[in-house]
Amino acid sequence: MSSLKTLFREEVKVFNVGIPSFADDLKRQNVPVAHVEWRPPAGGNKRVIELLDRIKLWQAACQSPAKS
Amino acid sequence: MAVKIDVQAANKEAVSRIQSAVPVIKGIGIAKDIVPGMKKNLILHAGPPITWARMSGPMRGAVMGALIYEGFAKNAAEAEKVAASSEIEFAPWHEHNGVGPMAGVATASMPVWIVENKTHGNRAYCTLNEGLGKVLRFGAYSEEVITRLNWMRDVLGPVLRETLEIKGEINLKTLIAQALQMGDEVHNRNRAGTSLLFRELAPALLDSKAPAADKKRVLEFINGNDHFFLNLSMPAAKAILQSAEWIEGSTILTVMCRNGTDFGIRVAGLKDRWFTGPAQQVKGLLFPGFSEADCNPDIGDSAITETCGLGGFSMAAAPAIVKFVGGAAGDALNYTQKMYEITETESTTFQIPSLDFRGSPTGINLLRVCETGILPQINTGIAHKQPAIGQVGAGLVNPPMKCFEDALEAYVEAYVP
Repeated sequence: MSSLKTLFREEVKVFNVGIPSFADDLKRQNVPVAHVEWRPPAGGNKRVIELLDRIKLWQAACQSPAKS
Repeated sequence: MAVKIDVQAANKEAVSRIQSAVPVIKGIGIAKDIVPGMKKNLILHAGPPITWARMSGPMRGAVMGALIYEGFAKNAAEAEKVAASSEIEFAPWHEHNGVGPMAGVATASMPVWIVENKTHGNRAYCTLNEGLGKVLRFGAYSEEVITRLNWMRDVLGPVLRETLEIKGEINLKTLIAQALQMGDEVHNRNRAGTSLLFRELAPALLDSKAPAADKKRVLEFINGNDHFFLNLSMPAAKAILQSAEWIEGSTILTVMCRNGTDFGIRVAGLKDRWFTGPAQQVKGLLFPGFSEADCNPDIGDSAITETCGLGGFSMAAAPAIVKFVGGAAGDALNYTQKMYEITETESTTFQIPSLDFRGSPTGINLLRVCETGILPQINTGIAHKQPAIGQVGAGLVNPPMKCFEDALEAYVEAYVP
């Protein structure tokens, strides 16, 4: 709780990760903000993640030496 | 049996072919004589396959104009009936080794550029650019459009054909590389490319046997149309990408295109297959008097430039373009920077001065698009959604993610055990 009080007494420094509109809102209020562009892998689409994982596993198998 | 393929090696081969391709202008011919499969009742169009019933307004307008031009109809009402009949066949330019800007409509008697990839021997074709305003590619079909098309067939085409016979082949790879140094990205800004082409053509054109009045008018026509080079940058990009059109296991894109209804892509390792999704609305700057409600969705084969690392991918080379498509100069830089995240390599020829001559982002990788969710950046003209009106602005657009998701499904089905 004390650290929260300190936070609001000091100048706020913000790192924003992901949605750029959060950073834009702060910039409009003259709050210093560093924006990090990030999005979840495959936009969070589970089916696409599953397909990409299958390709990765297949490629790993293709690279490994053939079993005798 | 499990298929054993090294995807990285397949993609390396694809980009190696793209990098080594050297497109040159070989000449000009009549479509029915040189375009594979071309015939009198066939209409080639931009984008993936589409039926008359599903065509957008500007595509329909262009088809109607082409039918009048070819003598199948005397007016728009007749042309609509003919287009809807079984007499006429439609096919994508891409299935006939070519490309067409906007509606991209081409018919048997139109003159076309012949562009050859000197390294791999493949050829690509494209009609000659008509200029701006009331033009067929934006769906206009009035008398002035048909009159201009007739002049292009009877004067412009023959004069340029003779000019090229005198001049010999022109290296388009070098011209595009120079145009990028001079502020073009060769999709929506072709002022430098057109100027460079003019310098290449003019001396030989003056040596041609054409009447002086025709020579003058041809030079004025090229000089008066900053987009004249577009119909060469497009088949140049097509000729480059054709060299990677079938490479087993490769996930590199070889085509992105739109017909005004659907957006379509093709992938090097999925031979001749189309993956489509709905064409998106373009966001940008509109000409006075038009609103977003007037705009047709994304249309044209010109996204072949982006597929080749030019256009929206090279916007950092063309900061002035934001005056045409919207945004600030810094945005142009950011669009290019972002495209490095979804491409396999950097061009060894097409360099961007503002990025310390870094090569343009080259070889769009389907897997990276799906992993990052970053969609290719395209800049483009905007056609009015009704036939016969023409261009209403220019702006920026992305493909629908569905194309890429469907292609990924198909890839896994084709290759992964």
